[in-house]
Amino acid sequence: MGMIELSKVTKRFGYVEVVPPLDLTIEDGEFCVFVGPSGCGKSTLLRLIAGLEDVSGGRIVIDGADATAAPPAKRRLAMVFQSYALYPHMTVRKNIAFPLRMAGMPPEEQARRVDAAAKVLNLTPYLDRRPGQLSGGQRQRVAIGRAIVREPEAFLFDEPLSNLDAALRVGMRLEISELHERLRTTMVYVTHDQVEAMTMADKIVVLNAGRIEQVGSPLDLYKAPKNVFVAGFIGSPKMNLVSGEGARRFGAETIGIRPEHVRVSTTEGTWTGTVGVAEHLGSDTFLHVHGTGLAETVTVRVGGEIDLRHGSRVHLTPDPDKIHRFDANGLRLP
Amino acid sequence: MSTQASRAAARLMLSPAVILLLMWMIVPLAMTLWFSTLRYRLLQPGAHPFVGLRNYVFFVTDPAFSTAIVNTLILVGGVLVITVVLGILLALLLDQPMWGQGVVRLLVIAPFFVMPTVSALVWKNMFMSPTSGLFAELSKAVGLVPFDFFGQAPLASVIAIVAWQWLPFATLILLTALQSLDREQLEAAEMDGAPPLKRFWFIILPHLARGVTVVILIQTIFLLSVFAEIRVTTNGGPGVASTNLPFLVYARSLLQFDVGAGAAGGVVAIILANIVAIFLMRAVGKNLDA
Repeated sequence: MGMIELSKVTKRFGYVEVVPPLDLTIEDGEFCVFVGPSGCGKSTLLRLIAGLEDVSGGRIVIDGADATAAPPAKRRLAMVFQSYALYPHMTVRKNIAFPLRMAGMPPEEQARRVDAAAKVLNLTPYLDRRPGQLSGGQRQRVAIGRAIVREPEAFLFDEPLSNLDAALRVGMRLEISELHERLRTTMVYVTHDQVEAMTMADKIVVLNAGRIEQVGSPLDLYKAPKNVFVAGFIGSPKMNLVSGEGARRFGAETIGIRPEHVRVSTTEGTWTGTVGVAEHLGSDTFLHVHGTGLAETVTVRVGGEIDLRHGSRVHLTPDPDKIHRFDANGLRLP
Repeated sequence: MSTQASRAAARLMLSPAVILLLMWMIVPLAMTLWFSTLRYRLLQPGAHPFVGLRNYVFFVTDPAFSTAIVNTLILVGGVLVITVVLGILLALLLDQPMWGQGVVRLLVIAPFFVMPTVSALVWKNMFMSPTSGLFAELSKAVGLVPFDFFGQAPLASVIAIVAWQWLPFATLILLTALQSLDREQLEAAEMDGAPPLKRFWFIILPHLARGVTVVILIQTIFLLSVFAEIRVTTNGGPGVASTNLPFLVYARSLLQFDVGAGAAGGVVAIILANIVAIFLMRAVGKNLDA
């Protein structure tokens, strides 16, 4: 069904190689998230899969058939754009029906499918409105509706939630995950938000400067980041990365320790420092500790009830089993 | 937030400009209305007696009048169709990335800067003249008899000249409209399986509706009063074949020295312009809403 294989896919704009040769397989029915900092080539990669950009080299195989040269319409993929790209002069009904109309489907079948999609996405009361009369979340659902009526082999999402406010984003995130559970169709999802990546993905692809840094399940990436980049990118708040003298004591060039794996004590510990900012979230408190003798500020996650504030002296002890060690090239040491 | 006092002050300060503009409009209009009810011929000195609506009857029952009305509408309609259709095509062309885009765009806009009388003269003498024009030379070169544009197709020739002048305006407005189209919409349509022609029909053309409306409304205002091009090329002829309403008003008042009939023609022209405006706003005005 919707298996997507990329082999040696390359993209150059003029002399600039934005995607060096890259291999990736997205399994059928998988929720695959491309994540990386802005400008890392994740959107370009999605557009290559969609066919909106032509590859400079390599092959794209969709569902067993070579789609490298196929135009976007022939790839049987549906895309949800960051700006939703709804057609402003058409009603919601016509927007959702547009791909069916282009495919020359009989009107009764079109109406049946549009009604079904509208029901799934709770859009039935809005079918005769125009996109301009809808809220951001509703527009997002129309864009998804337009994608699902075609019953594509795979869905492509290009940062679909970045235009929504925080509360809506959490809601839509759940809705998209829910949709994936129901449809079981391959989904490829691009985001720069690692929380979205962690919560939604079956498989995360971490990209940096067009290269794949690591591919794996969210917890794999969290527990065993392959290199310093992935270690710093996945997890919130960020993993503490310590290099230099503090790391050499552990036999590595750089060590990483997650904020939740540092024990805080007021009496004794490996590092001693002063609390800078204490962010009280209620459930958790994030302490930013400096003056520990390390070059970097150490972030520590503690319970919400702790009574430490700005200026408190604390002792920190990293959990020795949870220390990630990296060599001089930033690669993980066993 | 404006307070009552600031609004009053704003009104007070605006009033000189508003009053001046109002006078500028009201006085000539009132005088035209007044003259249109007088027997006022420059060749007959003496009193200008009040004649009621006789000037209107005289103007409207003139056989040239119905021709002039039809010609006016054909001129406006013809130029609108040509400029909108070619304008859309040119805008699509200019929107493509190409070498020397800036220079080409400047050149396309150039005809708009040429004065109507000058461009009409250039067309008349250098292109359309049956003896020395470029088109005549081209016909002769392939063994055809030169076509006498202003003798055989006077109104069509005038339409061609006026359309040439207004095409840049239409192109410019439509090009900016085209550039404001969200590229992702076109990409979405491409993903949805719409080939280029359908993308044009279902996405680009509806997006251009507002631009087309602006072009139609603004051009109509100016096209209803086309005069210089006719005066310079055909002088309204042969006969009245290329006479439009403004030219007929001119002929009455300045060729026949009948101020009263000319004024009556002017009032008729105002009424015609308002009728056209009402129809246009009904037909395309809704495109201007949000």
